Amino acid sequence: MVIAKLLDHLGKYLILMGNAFSKPEKTSMYYREVIRQMHDIGVGSLIIVFIISLFIGAVTAIQFAYQLDGTLVPDYYIGYVVRDMTIIELAPTITCLVLAGKVGSNMASEIGGMRQKEHIDAMEIMGVNTAAYLIMPKVLAAVIIIPILVAIAAFVSIGGGFIASVPTGLLSGQEFVMGLRSFFMPYNVFMMFVKSLVFAFLLTSISCYQGYNVKGGSIELGKASTNAVVISDIMILLADYLIAVVLI
Amino acid sequence: MIKISGIYKSFGNTPVLKNISAEFQPGKTNLIIGKSGAGKTVLLKLLVGLIAPNEGQIFYNKVDFLQLKKKDLRTLRMKVGMLFQGSALFDSLTVEENIRFPLDMFTDLTKKEKSDRVNTCLNRVSLDGINAKFPSELSGGMQKRVGIARAIVLNPSYLFCDEPNSGLDPKTSLVIDELIKDITIENNMTTIINTHDMNSVMEVGDNVILLHEGEICWQGNKDEIMSSDNEILHDFIFASPFLQRLRNAAVSNGFHI
Ligand SMILES: Nc1ncnc2c1ncn2[C@@H]1O[C@H](COP(=O)(O)OP(=O)(O)OP(=O)(O)O)[C@@H](O)[C@H]1O
Ligand SMILES: [Mg+2]
Repeated sequence: MVIAKLLDHLGKYLILMGNAFSKPEKTSMYYREVIRQMHDIGVGSLIIVFIISLFIGAVTAIQFAYQLDGTLVPDYYIGYVVRDMTIIELAPTITCLVLAGKVGSNMASEIGGMRQKEHIDAMEIMGVNTAAYLIMPKVLAAVIIIPILVAIAAFVSIGGGFIASVPTGLLSGQEFVMGLRSFFMPYNVFMMFVKSLVFAFLLTSISCYQGYNVKGGSIELGKASTNAVVISDIMILLADYLIAVVLI
Repeated sequence: MIKISGIYKSFGNTPVLKNISAEFQPGKTNLIIGKSGAGKTVLLKLLVGLIAPNEGQIFYNKVDFLQLKKKDLRTLRMKVGMLFQGSALFDSLTVEENIRFPLDMFTDLTKKEKSDRVNTCLNRVSLDGINAKFPSELSGGMQKRVGIARAIVLNPSYLFCDEPNSGLDPKTSLVIDELIKDITIENNMTTIINTHDMNSVMEVGDNVILLHEGEICWQGNKDEIMSSDNEILHDFIFASPFLQRLRNAAVSNGFHI
């Protein structure tokens, strides 16, 4: 029963994505939408991403320093661990989980509202491919801008680690930088970008799917918006695991 | 021309339309009338493909509408204008942007040409100068008229209006009716209007279809309405006690209405 329902959703989701990625009626209209969405997602999320990354980096540094206490592991490992934890896992995953809550729910309610107010029907009657016009620019904008946000998050996190550990005397600035420069694998950065691309696609497409298929009234709209976040979060974590298995 | 035959539609176990067949000619204002809940909106949405019928066929000039591929359906729809019962204006766009939307999406006109076209359409619905307003700043009747302006901006061959004159005063309502009739003749459009406004019926009804309990129970033009002895039609027209009194008085004085 549950499985049949899941498969039903999966099928509908795939069909919707198939429709969403077809040739635009008018490239200029889509281009304008992409730019608008990039601005909304990017600028709109900078502050929250900044704050969260700063604290994540700080907490990672302090927690790790606490665990190192009394061991023979050199202190500069703090810089190294903050860097790798951030790049491989925390920056892409936490940022995208947060963005699912902020951007995803927003998209689901925007599209869902348009569905309920017959705006989507009105566009369909004009001959617009609404799946494409409403979904493609959002997904495109997200897969361009979210990796950039994740990269910023990674830098800020490392900065957060520095602020939390160096001025408090856990280790010296030189040691921290030495840690940052040890055992560096560019492959990890590649993995960060792969993750953020996949997560960005998942969170926007799932949220748009939830919004596009809303029926009923404001209660259903609220549910769709919640579902967008919850399902995106689950899928992001699942994808995180799969990417880890495949890429490491 | 639009032709439908044997249309049947039910929601769950409740039948809404039963065996509807009709023909809608271009250059004529075709009206669908009937009580609230008779299935007018459902029929209109069926005609434009927003709802699929359980049975039956729909032809647009010999083209089997229900068998169209998605791409061909979209091409056909560029020639379709529709006014929704609730107007369905995009509420985060201004009036100008709303009307310009189909132009932006489907034409390569210059900015100037587009804004000229928008102004022409606004002028036709007597709403000059409200370009920069948002739909939420307009009255219900004004929203309706903007909806009509948006529906006709691409010079459609098919125009569907769901209750174009509900919420309008009798005078504006008449203006809208005349407007729809005029553009229908000018562009030789196939126009289908849902209404329960008897004034429009008597003014512009070239072909009137009365829906009752999901079936067509009367069809004819405005001149045939009065001479018809269809009970349901008469109940519908003379629903207002004032009109009933008027008719009874006339009949008792030897006039026939
Ligand atoms: N999506 C739907 N699901 C279930 N029933 C529906 C749906 N849409 C319409 N109906 C039913 O179909 C019937 C006809 O509705 P419709 O909206 O066509 O009426 P109408 O003739 O347009 O009335 P009005 O003049 O009030 O607009 C109603 O009984 C309504 O309950
Ligand atoms: Mg209706």
